[in-house]
Amino acid sequence: MSDNCLVANDWICGEYLRTRQHDLLSAVGQHLVLTAESMLAGLVIAIPLTLIARQWRLSTGPILAVTTILYTVPSLAMFSLLLPFYGLSPSLVVTGLTLYSLTILVRNFLAGLRGVPEDVKEAARGMGYGPVRLLLEVEVPLALPAVFAGIRIATVSTVALVTVGAIVGYGGLGNLILSGLHSVFKAQVLTASVLCVLIAVVLDLLLLGLERLSTPWTWRRTGLLRLRAVRPGAGSGNGAGRGSGAGPETSEREAAAR
Amino acid sequence: MNYLTGAWTWLTTPANWSGSDGVWQRLVEHLEFTGVCLGLSLLIGLPVAVVLGHLGRGGALAINISNAGRAVPTLALMSVLILTPLGDTSDYWPVVISLTLFGIPPVLTNAYVGIREVDRDTVEAARGMGMTGRQVVFRVELPLAWPLLMTGVRTAAVQLVATATLAAMAGAGGLGRIITAGFDLQSTPQVVAGAVLVALLALLVEGAFALAERALDPMRPARGQPGTESSRRSGLLRRRSLTIGEDL
Repeated sequence: MSDNCLVANDWICGEYLRTRQHDLLSAVGQHLVLTAESMLAGLVIAIPLTLIARQWRLSTGPILAVTTILYTVPSLAMFSLLLPFYGLSPSLVVTGLTLYSLTILVRNFLAGLRGVPEDVKEAARGMGYGPVRLLLEVEVPLALPAVFAGIRIATVSTVALVTVGAIVGYGGLGNLILSGLHSVFKAQVLTASVLCVLIAVVLDLLLLGLERLSTPWTWRRTGLLRLRAVRPGAGSGNGAGRGSGAGPETSEREAAAR
Repeated sequence: MNYLTGAWTWLTTPANWSGSDGVWQRLVEHLEFTGVCLGLSLLIGLPVAVVLGHLGRGGALAINISNAGRAVPTLALMSVLILTPLGDTSDYWPVVISLTLFGIPPVLTNAYVGIREVDRDTVEAARGMGMTGRQVVFRVELPLAWPLLMTGVRTAAVQLVATATLAAMAGAGGLGRIITAGFDLQSTPQVVAGAVLVALLALLVEGAFALAERALDPMRPARGQPGTESSRRSGLLRRRSLTIGEDL
């Protein structure tokens, strides 16, 4: 009975989960490692790039243009173009995904820093803050919501794009999806696809939790706004609704504007 | 550099351009997928965004659709659909459906945000002039939301061109076939040539949509000219920040 679902090629098959547990776990592991490496490399490059773009006005245009052009290169093509330099290796996939994350990260980081009100910066300067202390203690904390929005979007799309790495044999769950497609193995394709979405959702929620923990003032304020919107009379104006939605909307807009 | 000259040689060989798996054939397939999917994404995404934006409801829905769209790997969706009865006859519908689902989020979210960001006073004024809801949408909200709306359409178009390459990994046609065939033949020049072709097409589409956005802008006479409200405002701001600098 339990063997039958493999023979019948069912979409959902407990027997598949049991017998191929090892394959699935190692694919998930590879998926997570590739995602983590790409995101870390992306952050390491995006942070200095953002600071350069902010510091020297002349460099802003070119930095945004180059990262945007990188984003228009299709993933399959990106891995192919990097092939001559890396050969068939995990670094090929990581490099490609890192280049993709740059667009989202730099744009959101820059938008976050630019969104810090000038008055706040003036006040900090008036209190004797130097540029470095101003950046670390005032601007970066206030930019955190936009920074996290960028990291979340980049992480979720990186998880999805890792699958394309299957073309060079390092696609994590993508390997199972592609081999399952070629051998018409339904349970494998569906299980790997669902796991892929699950990884994206779990990572997104983890990052959301981290964001909440590191920026307690934002959700306290959102709570207040929501209270105000509930009050009769205030609900008819669009101001309150817009206020509470401004965070995700603006960051989404930044991300979508690429 | 060896690979680049190899890719150039591949691209300049006429035999690679003709025939049933030549560049022209693949280009036509690619543009067909992309065009159909972009059209379907607009048909589904725009009305929903306009209605939600006009009513000022469902913002969370619009944003969440966009975020969820990023989490679903297109390759995975395509593969699953190909193995359903839908994929029994041809690869066409699985590819079109998964690409359309991929194209809707940027269209929907940008159009929604664009319409929501239209100045509420302007909308109120339009209503005060006796415009009906339909007139407000078509004469006020849509023209003012145009830049952001078109950004969404352009993003969707470029990403569709790029992502349609994946159809080849799932066995369907398009320019991606040149790349996957190159992998099978272990011919790096062909792989690089295919990648260059797709990247060029994506950049061309990006440029074409950027031009179309400007040329078709319903507010073109009003936008970007000296003396309009927005430019005057930024001039004011610039002057104010200058004085702040002088004070320091």
